[in-house]
This record gives sequence, C-alpha cells and structure tokens, in this order.
Amino acid sequence: MTKLTITMLATLTTLALTTGVALAGSEDVVVDDAWARASIGMNRPGAAYMTIRNIGDEAVTLTGISTPLAMMPEIHETTTSAAGVSSMAPAGEITIAPGEAAELAPGGLHAMLMQLQEQMIEGQSFPLTLNFSDGGNVTVEVPILGFAARGPEG
Amino acid sequence: MRRRTALGYGATALGAMGLTLFVGWWRVDGPGAPEAVASLPLPLTEMDFRLTDHEGQPVGPETLVDRPTMVFFGFTFCPDVCPTTLSDISGWLDALGEDAGQMNVVFITVDPDRDTVETMAEYVGYFHPAIRGWTGAQDQIARAAEGFRASYERVPTDGGDYTMNHTASVFLFDAAGRFVSMIDYHEPREFAVPKIRRALEEETEGAT
Ligand SMILES: [Cu+2]
Repeated sequence: MTKLTITMLATLTTLALTTGVALAGSEDVVVDDAWARASIGMNRPGAAYMTIRNIGDEAVTLTGISTPLAMMPEIHETTTSAAGVSSMAPAGEITIAPGEAAELAPGGLHAMLMQLQEQMIEGQSFPLTLNFSDGGNVTVEVPILGFAARGPEG
Repeated sequence: MRRRTALGYGATALGAMGLTLFVGWWRVDGPGAPEAVASLPLPLTEMDFRLTDHEGQPVGPETLVDRPTMVFFGFTFCPDVCPTTLSDISGWLDALGEDAGQMNVVFITVDPDRDTVETMAEYVGYFHPAIRGWTGAQDQIARAAEGFRASYERVPTDGGDYTMNHTASVFLFDAAGRFVSMIDYHEPREFAVPKIRRALEEETEGAT
C-alpha cells in the first residue's frame, strides 16, 4: 500500500516536472483528433496530424516537437503553388492566438517524423511532445491508423 | 535524456534545413523560379515514353488509349501529399462503383531511384486495386512529365536525404486520349467525381 502510494507520488512528481513548469500559456493548450498513418517499414518519413487549440487568453508559440519514435521530428508545411506544384518545408515557430487553433491536416501543416526508430503499426500509438516558447510541454498520445487513412476517423 | 538528444538533433537539423529551404524557395517560388508554363498536357497519342508497371509489364502512353484515364505524379517516400492523393483517388473510385473498372488509373513516380517496380507494387497494394504504379529510367520519367506538362525537382534535405517537389494535380483524359481536365490538389472533393464522370461520358459520346 505504502509502496503503491510512493510510486504514485513519484509519477505525479515526474508529471509535474515535465508539464507543470509551464507558465500560463502552454497550460492552456488542448490537443484534439491526433492521428498518424501507419508506415511501410522504417525508411520513409511518417506524418502525424492534430488540432492544437489555445483555450487561454495569451498567445502560445509552438517551437518544436519530440518523440521517441523519430530522431528528427519537425513541424512541416506543404504548400501547393499556383502551377499545382507541391513542396514541403519546415514551418518554423507557430504562434496560436488566444481562442485560436493550429490545424495539422493533410496537405498543410504536419508533424513530419524523420528517421523513424520503429515501424508505425496500425492499432498502436506513440507519444508526441509539443514544446512551447514558455518552456512548457504538452505530450499527446497519437493513435496510428491505417496506411490509407484520410482523417482522425480513419 | 533521450528527449534532450532528439531535441539537439532537431535544432541542428532546423538550421541546416533552413538554408536548404531558402534555396528551394528561391528556385521554386522565389525570384529564381523559371517562368510558369501554362500549357495543357498533350493528347496521350502524342506522348512518347517507355516505362514499366508494378507488375513488370512494359507500358507507355499507348497503353492508356481506348479507355478514360486518370494520371498523377508522386513518389512513395512522400509522407503527406501522395498518400493523401492516393486515398482521395481510392475514395473517388469507390464512389464511381462499377464505372471505376472502365478507367486506367496510373501513379507515375518522379523518384525512380528509390521507387523500383517492387516498391511500387507494395505501395499501390495499400490503395484501390484499379491503381497502377509506373516507374522507369530517369530520362523516360522526364519525357512522361514533359508530355503531361508536369514538373518535379529533387530537393536535398538534412543528412544526405532528399524529397521531391512535384505537380500534385490529377490529370483526366477521355478514351480517345484527349486531355479533359485536371483535379487540383486543393479542390473540394465533391468536384472531383463529377469531373471524372465527364471524362467517362466523353467516351460514350466518342463511341456514338
Ligand atoms: Cu514533411
């Protein structure tokens, strides 16, 4: 019983250390509808999508992402030119105004998962941590859907 | 600890990628961009290229004449646009039901160095069974892209890797091989199926 309590306390402390140091901003970040496609093997980069909402009254700035799944995770943006040519580039920092959301969806912003450490298998999930400029982090568990998935519902 | 390491890599990569990106932007959308050529794809009967499909069969533009055709360019290492386009096309084919069986649907890779016949076979296997995957020699891919007035470019990324910029539109041809229309990447889904039906109907008109 005591042992269990200590374990729980330790877990809570860890949680407090990783997420609790956040100042006002990133504490008010809510992530919805996270999903990723399964990968074919480990050689190709993966992509994850989600809606990052700022429910607070201060702007928050997403500065980077991290995950044990990939050595080089990065927020990218796909753009399609007037001539119909698509290209992909790191999106840089993303500032989300109070009450607004950053939408990571196919053909636009995505969490690009480069140098996969494991294959992404349908039915499994992985943690993805969003890092904010106030020093706070938000970790979300991303479910892996089928390879041909089009949205959070599959 | 592991997270910190990953972040370190990320920061270094971000710097390296920034330069790559700037160069890429300069050449693709920036002042260094070539003049946009607003020409339409040639009729399939006027194209000339030799490729191999995902079952190892030799194919060319003549393979596509006699049936309405849907063609798009991409590459299998593409994490965002290509699987999305293939999923969309699979959805449109599902919506067409039995009519889908009357069409040629072809995905031509712009990255034949990585997309071998076997790779294409594995990749298209995840989508609608009507979708064929074509690959081949670099010069033949270039000739195909020229015929469709599609463009692509290899863009280096960090760590010696590379990605491909490419035309993401889907091209539609009638059964006589004449260009009918294209479905742009950001076009609302509900416009796509009527456009495909139009390509299918022109076949009927041509036959009467
Ligand atoms: Cu990307």
